Amino acid sequence: MAKGIWVIVEQRNLQIRKVSLELLSQGRKIADETGEPLVAVVLGQGIDGLAQAATECGADKVILVDDAKLAEYTTGAYTSVLNKLIRKEEPQAVLLGNTAVGKDLAPRLAQRLGVGLASDCTGMEIDPSNFLNFKRPIYAGKAFAHLTSNVRPIMATIRPNTFPVAAPDAARQAEVVKEAAEIDPSDLIAILKEVAVAASKRPELTEANIIVSGGRGMKGPENYVILEELADVIGAAVGASRAAVDSGWKEHKFQVGQTGKTVAPTLYIACGISGAIQHLAGMGSSKFIVAVNKDPEANIFNVADYGIVGDLFEVVPLLTGEFKKLVNE
Amino acid sequence: MNIVVFIKQTFDTEAKIVLDGNGKIDANGVNLIINPYDEFAIEEGIRLKEKFGGEVTVVAMGGPRAQEAVRTALAMGIDKGVLVNDPEVDNTDECGRAAILAKAVAQIPYDIILAGRIAIDDGASQIAVRLAEALNVPSVSSVLKLEIAGTQATVTREIDGGTELIEVSLPAVITAQKGLNEPRYPSVAGIMKAKKKPLKTLTVADLGLSAGDLAPKMTVNEFSLPTPRKAGRVIPGDAAQAASELAKLLREEAKVL
Repeated sequence: MAKGIWVIVEQRNLQIRKVSLELLSQGRKIADETGEPLVAVVLGQGIDGLAQAATECGADKVILVDDAKLAEYTTGAYTSVLNKLIRKEEPQAVLLGNTAVGKDLAPRLAQRLGVGLASDCTGMEIDPSNFLNFKRPIYAGKAFAHLTSNVRPIMATIRPNTFPVAAPDAARQAEVVKEAAEIDPSDLIAILKEVAVAASKRPELTEANIIVSGGRGMKGPENYVILEELADVIGAAVGASRAAVDSGWKEHKFQVGQTGKTVAPTLYIACGISGAIQHLAGMGSSKFIVAVNKDPEANIFNVADYGIVGDLFEVVPLLTGEFKKLVNE
Repeated sequence: MNIVVFIKQTFDTEAKIVLDGNGKIDANGVNLIINPYDEFAIEEGIRLKEKFGGEVTVVAMGGPRAQEAVRTALAMGIDKGVLVNDPEVDNTDECGRAAILAKAVAQIPYDIILAGRIAIDDGASQIAVRLAEALNVPSVSSVLKLEIAGTQATVTREIDGGTELIEVSLPAVITAQKGLNEPRYPSVAGIMKAKKKPLKTLTVADLGLSAGDLAPKMTVNEFSLPTPRKAGRVIPGDAAQAASELAKLLREEAKVL
């Protein structure tokens, strides 16, 4: 009998990533409603300390696979280990974050298991006949597909920022199980030589609660400094529209939109962004949208909760000042 | 070097999405393009051929209109095209589409398979990785830089907030991220030449697959459209007044600061 809801916990430098805490928090709710146990699965090296955090976030059971060959994510080793574990334990559902790791790992694992995969979901609900149903944006959020898996385990990757992180409960107890990693040399055909994570004090765009984004109205790369100053006061990430990226002002990794990143922060502040359909597709599910644009007819005002018609070079520094006052209160 | 590039025809990024009478995505009157990320894969394939010689084949799945996408790729400089033109492509899911593609690719000699990292229509990012698994070769996703020496590829891939450097033996599947290269436009001579280049059309049955083999593991119960956002309010006053009022609203009304 298939059992358990599994969350494949992603860790970086022995810190559980936020999206995994989001999945454990939501997984706890599903576990409570369905009676299925919530299982956190952690792969890495020297990961014993992570069992506590996973437990406090809701896990009934934590499976640790600790091995030097799993210290850094590689497709081959992670797929091999998880494939064997899942075949042995037969969970009902396997959930991953839709991160760089999740996007690479989940399809490979699903294919090896011979199951379907709902990718990049922004909704997950309990279904009486089918356990879980998923909602995922298509056409970068211009439409949604509602899916059901016909086979077990149900697999899905969930977009970061979809579910809130529950407050940790230090009183929770979980069973902690250590599994040995059986990794064949053939699992290690792609060799990771080097990881370079850019030192940034700002949050990752897809995980950020607040994003300050600049478009064509920024007029040049040198002017992004005013957005960065605003962002740093409120702990925001900085983004850009396609127009700004195509002009070479910002790298593609900052691009929000259908051909960039799709984001869903609590607050999205669009500065000098006209609101092309391909940009709106990438940020339209933000909880609150603020627009600053000198063109009162700009399309972005049709989706913004709050708008300021004005020169961003005047408005943005003033906003930075106002936000500083709020933060210092 | 034998190079295979997997491409998909998608809606234009400017396309508005509407549902038809059956609640399905309506493709009527929509301008179709090559998935933008697949253009980087096409360009990389042509560059590898220019550097190492050999042949580069584009493989696509879809309906009859997908021929246009294949012809465009041929006009850019791809040598040959294969199109699996069969309604079963739409009836199955990613698992089934990967099975179709694996059968089609298995008929072509390959040292490297290139694809876009994501298709901007379904946004699933599954097929290329599933294909690698089906062919039992390694894959590297979201690649920004690709260097090949002999049968070894050194690949820079994008991760959240940084990059990884990966060494992998060929054959392998590589998915392209924006930044890998700058795709060329088809030249007039290229468009003329493309008309004479071979384009093979196959059905799922030609590949030895039946509808039963392609029974979907996932079912789409329905499609829906997002609730349109309502325009909010424009905050009046001069810049200083508006900035002050906005900060107040974000704190007291939206409660996000």
